[in-house]
Amino acid sequence: MRLANKGLIDRKAPVSFSFDGVTYNGFQGDTLASALLANEVRLVARSFKYHRPRGVLTAGSEEPNALTTIGSGAQADPNVRATVQEIYSGLEARSQNAWPSLGFDAMAINDLAAPFLGAGFYYKTFMWPRAFWERVYEPIIRRAAGLGALSGQANADKYERAFAHCDLLVIGAGPAGLMAALTAARAGVDVILADEDSIMGGRLNAETHRVDGQAGCDWAASVVAELADMDNVRLMTRTTVTGAYDQGTYGALERVNHHTNLRDGKAVLETFWRIAAKQTVRAAGALERPIAFQTNDRPGIMMAGAVRAYVNRWGVAPGKTVTVFANNDDAHRTAINLQDAGVHVAAVIDSRANAKALGDYRLITGAEVCATSGRKALESITYRTASGSDSISTDCLAMSGGWNPSVHMTCHMNGRPTWREDIASFVPTAGSIPNMTVAGACNGDFSTAACLAAGVTAAQDVLAALGVKFVDVTIPEAENSVYKMEPLWAVAGKGRAWLDFQNDVSVKDIKQAARENFRFVEHMKRYTTQGMATDQGKNSNVNALALLADATGRGIPETGTTTFRPPYSPVSIAAMGAGAQGKGFMPERFITSHAATVERGAPMMEAGLWYRPSYFPAKDETNWRQSCDREVNLVREAVGICDVSTLGKIDIQGPDAAALLDFVYTNMFSTLKVGRVRYGLMLREDGHVMDDGTTARLSDTHFVMTTTTAAAGQVMRHLEFVTQCLRPDWDVRFVSVTEQWAQFAVAGPKARDLLNGVLDTPIDNDNWPFMACGDVTVAGVQGRLFRISFSGEHAYEIAVPARYGDGVFRLLLKQAEAMGGGAYGMEALNVLRIEKGFITHSEIHGRVTAFDVGMDRMISAKKDCIGKVMAQRDGLLDEDREQLMGFKPVGVVKQLTAGAHFYPEDEEATPDNDQGYMTSVGFSPTFGHFLGLGFVRGGPARAGDRLRMVDAIRGIEAVVEVCHPVFLDPKGERTRG
Amino acid sequence: MVDLKPKTPLDNMVPLTIGSVTFAELDAGVLTSVSPYVGQENALSDALKTAHGMALPAPNRTTGKDGARAIWFGREQALLVGVSPDQTLAKFAALTDQTDAWAVTTLKGAQAVDVLARLTPLDLREATFKRGHTARSDLMHMNASITRTGADTFMIMVFRSMAQTLLHDIQTAMEGVAARG
Repeated sequence: MRLANKGLIDRKAPVSFSFDGVTYNGFQGDTLASALLANEVRLVARSFKYHRPRGVLTAGSEEPNALTTIGSGAQADPNVRATVQEIYSGLEARSQNAWPSLGFDAMAINDLAAPFLGAGFYYKTFMWPRAFWERVYEPIIRRAAGLGALSGQANADKYERAFAHCDLLVIGAGPAGLMAALTAARAGVDVILADEDSIMGGRLNAETHRVDGQAGCDWAASVVAELADMDNVRLMTRTTVTGAYDQGTYGALERVNHHTNLRDGKAVLETFWRIAAKQTVRAAGALERPIAFQTNDRPGIMMAGAVRAYVNRWGVAPGKTVTVFANNDDAHRTAINLQDAGVHVAAVIDSRANAKALGDYRLITGAEVCATSGRKALESITYRTASGSDSISTDCLAMSGGWNPSVHMTCHMNGRPTWREDIASFVPTAGSIPNMTVAGACNGDFSTAACLAAGVTAAQDVLAALGVKFVDVTIPEAENSVYKMEPLWAVAGKGRAWLDFQNDVSVKDIKQAARENFRFVEHMKRYTTQGMATDQGKNSNVNALALLADATGRGIPETGTTTFRPPYSPVSIAAMGAGAQGKGFMPERFITSHAATVERGAPMMEAGLWYRPSYFPAKDETNWRQSCDREVNLVREAVGICDVSTLGKIDIQGPDAAALLDFVYTNMFSTLKVGRVRYGLMLREDGHVMDDGTTARLSDTHFVMTTTTAAAGQVMRHLEFVTQCLRPDWDVRFVSVTEQWAQFAVAGPKARDLLNGVLDTPIDNDNWPFMACGDVTVAGVQGRLFRISFSGEHAYEIAVPARYGDGVFRLLLKQAEAMGGGAYGMEALNVLRIEKGFITHSEIHGRVTAFDVGMDRMISAKKDCIGKVMAQRDGLLDEDREQLMGFKPVGVVKQLTAGAHFYPEDEEATPDNDQGYMTSVGFSPTFGHFLGLGFVRGGPARAGDRLRMVDAIRGIEAVVEVCHPVFLDPKGERTRG
Repeated sequence: MVDLKPKTPLDNMVPLTIGSVTFAELDAGVLTSVSPYVGQENALSDALKTAHGMALPAPNRTTGKDGARAIWFGREQALLVGVSPDQTLAKFAALTDQTDAWAVTTLKGAQAVDVLARLTPLDLREATFKRGHTARSDLMHMNASITRTGADTFMIMVFRSMAQTLLHDIQTAMEGVAARG
C-alpha cells in the first residue's frame, strides 16, 4: 500500500513493469520489492529446498528470499534480488524455483516431506550405488532444489572491466562513510566513495533521524553534492565492493544499466572494477538479524529496519496492521514511524521483561512470538508470555533480533572477527586487512552521532598514514541513543524455526548437526548448508553460531565464525570475464599481406595469435586438396610465394653476439661468415629440443636470428634468461624485429628469375649462393634477401619494412603468376616440408631430443651449449628410443593420419605393443601418395619395416613402411645452382 | 619502375571520434630501439644530448619533445622517436630500426583516461602519471607502450600486427565511456 507524502520516490514519474506476466505500476526510485509491496504483492518466491512460499524479508542486498529473474531469452538475468533491482519502464521480472506457478508449486511436496529432508539428508540417502552420484542423483537434486537458470544462449549484452586508483577508498556512504569521505576530500586526497545503493546516505534514507537540524536524507544529499563538486572525489553509486585482495586491491561491481532499459549494444550493463587504494575506510554498516521462531518465514514477516525503509524511503506500508517483535529499543521506532505514517500498529512484542514503550502503542513485554498462520501471506501470530499465549490478527510482522556489524570483507584475507559481548555480535578485528580502517555501524557504533564521529576519526587516521594535513571538520548534531538489546536467538518450540532463509536451514538442522558430531563450525556449515553460496550468511550467521554454541555447550567466541568469502554479493561471470566476448577474447595478429590474401578467397587459419592462409583457391577448385596439390606443384615446377613474416626474428648485436649464439645453439655460429646464413638447433636446459631456425650474420657483431612462429616468444624469453641470469657479463643486446619486417618466401626453380624481375640489382649464383644473405633494394625500398629453403627448392626469403609488405606481396604475386607460379598457403607449405623431412613443432613437440630427430651430430663437440650435458644422459641416447622416420602407405588403405600410433603388423593395437606415432602427414602430389613423419622405436634400424598404423579416434587403419624421413632430393641438389 | 605504396598499420581505419575522445594514428617518423652496451649508459646519454638534444630517459620517463623524443622502452632500452639516429650513437648502443614494428597512435580528449582505465591497469591519474611519463603495460591482452604526451593526450603503441585489435579494444572502451554520457 502506497503512503501519501512519504519517500524518496518521484511521484511525477510513474513506471510500468511486469512480474510473472502481470503489469504493475510503481514510481521512479522504486525497487522491484518496494513496487511489489506497494501493489500488495506479498508472495514473490519459493524457497530453495522446500519450495515454501516466501515474501520480501529485507530492503537491501542481503535479501535471501526475493530472488527473481529479470528479462527474458538470452538476456535473462537470474537470481536478481528484488530489493536491489530498480524498476524501469518495461522491466520484466519473473519468480523462480516454482512450477507450474508461484501460487501453485508442485515441488512444495518437498515441504511435506521435510521430516526426511533435514540436514545431511543428501549425504545419508544418496550413498549408493556410486555410479549414480553424478549421473542420477545430482541432476535430480539440482533440478528440485535450485535458483534461477541462465538461458544457455549467447548474450550480446555488454559488460566491461575497468581499473581505478585512489588514495582513499570509502566503502559505504552512510553517515560514517560520508563523513570519512568528506574529511579526506577536504584535505585534498583522491577519494573514491562507493555505495551499493542508487542513492547515497545509507540508513539516513531509511530512518527519520535528523542530522544537523535537517532530515537525515537531506543532510546526506547536501554532503554528496559537496563531494560531487570536488575534482579529487569520484562517487560510485550502485557499486558493491565485493572483495578485498592483496596490495590494497578491491573488486567492485558497478550495476551501470540494470536500472534502465538501455540495450543498444554500446552501453554497458555492468562494470567490474579493480580499485587500487592506498588506504580504505570500510563503513558498510550493519545488517539486522532475524529471530528464529516457528514458521517465521511467511510472506509478510520482515525485518523491522526493512519495514522502516519501505515506509520512509519508498512510502510503502508493507501491511495494513503491523506487529513488531523485537529484543531491542531500536525496533520500537518501527511502530512510531508506522503510526506517523497512519498505519495501524497492532502491538509491539518485546522479549525483554523490562522494555519501555517509546510511544503510544500497545507494548507486550517479556513475550515471544511462537507461531504464525497464513500459507501465502501472514494472517496472524501467536505470542507467549509467562501468563499464557494469545493471538493477534496481523498481515505484517516486523522482527528484529538486533544488529550485526557487516564484518564480511574484513575476513576476506583470513582475518577472524572479534566477539563483543555488549552488543552480542562480532566486530572486525583491527588490522585484518592491511591499510583498512573500519568505521560506524560496521564497527559496532550504532547511533548516528557515533557514526558521524567515527567517520571523521577514521579519515584522520587515513590522513596521518598518508602524511596529509587534517583540515578541521565540524561533526554535525545527530541522534545519539544508546543501543539497548538483550540477545534472543531462537524461540523455543516445536516445528521449524528458520535461520537461513535462502538455504532453508532451520534451528533443528543446527541442533542435528551438533548431535551428529558436526560440532566444528565449518563442519556444521557444510552439513546444514547454512551461510553457503551467494548469501554468505548475511542474515543467519550469528544466530546459527549462537545456536551451535548453545548446542555444544561452548561460548560464541569459542565457537567462532565460518569463513566469509568474496564476493560480498554475487558477481556475474559475464562481468568478471568482461571484454573477452568475441574479438575481445584474444588479439588477432595480421600479416601485411592479410588483405591481399583475403581478397583471393584464402581461408585463414590460426597460428598462435597469427592468421595465415590455408590455401589460395583457384577458379573451379572445390576442394582444398585440389588447391594444395596445385600449389605444391607450382613450387616444384615454377615458383611460389608465401608470407613467412610470422616467424620470429631477433636482431642480435654486440661484441659477444657470436658467443651468445654459440651458447644457445648446439652448433657453431662464431665461425659463420658475414653474409651467410646457418641452420641452428636450440636445446632447453634439460637437453630436449626447444626450437630450430636460421640465423644470418650481417656483420661481425650483428646477427638476425629466426625462430619458428610457435616458439618466437619462448626463444625471446630464453635469450633474456641466458643474458640476464647465466651470462650477464656478456656485452650483447637483442630486440625483436618480427614486426619490423614483412618476409616472403620465393621458392621454386624460377625463384631467381622472378627476383631478378623485381630487384633493382640482379643476383646470380656466384654473388648469391645457397645460404647467402645481404641487403637488396626492391623498387627503391631497402630490404634483405636470404637464400634459404624450407621447401627443398631453389628458394629465397625476401624481407622488406612492413609498410611495404602489402605492395611487395602483390608485386611478387603478379610476377609469379606471369611465370606460371602463384601464392601458396600453409597446407602446401606443410606438404613441401614433409617431402623434404623438415621438422616443425609437430615433431619437436617438447619431448624429443636432438638424437630423436637425427640431429645429435649437430651438438658441437668443440664448445659447450645449453642442454649439451643433459642431452648426454643415459637413456636419451638409447638406440631403442622412438626416433624420427618417414612413413608411406603400402597396404590397401592409402590414407595416413597424424596422431595415429604404430603397432607390429601382426599384433594387437594395445598400449603394450605401441611402436610409436605419426606427427605429420600430407598427400604428396610429387609422389602420388601420402607421406608421413613420425617417431618409431629403433628409428633408422627400422627402415623397410612394415607396421600397422591405427588411428583409434578417427577409426582409420593402414599398413605403412618405415622410410628415411627425407623423401625428396636427399642430397639437396635442387636448392643449389 | 614499380612504385610501392607504403601502408600504415591502421591505413584508412582511423581517426575515430566517439564522444569527446579521438583515436588516431600518428606518423611518428623513424623509430629506433637504442640499447646501451654494458657500462655505456652515460656515454650514450651524452651522445644523445649532443646529437639530438635529449638525454637517455630513466625508467618510465621520456626525454625530448614532440617530433623528437626518447621513450623508455624496457630494460636497457629506449625508443628514439622522430629522428634518424646519429651514427655516433652506434658506438655506445645497439641501434635497430623499428619504424614499421609498431602501430603508433594517439588517444586524445577529456575522457581519454576513462577509456584507458578500461584497458590498462596503469594508474594514469595526472599527479602520478604526468606529461612525459611512460610505461610498458597491458592494454587489454596486448603488450603496449603508453606515454602521456599532453594534459589529455596519450601516445599508445602496440605491435603493428595487432593494430586492428587495438582499434577494436579502444573503440569498445570508447563506446562504453560515451554511453555513460
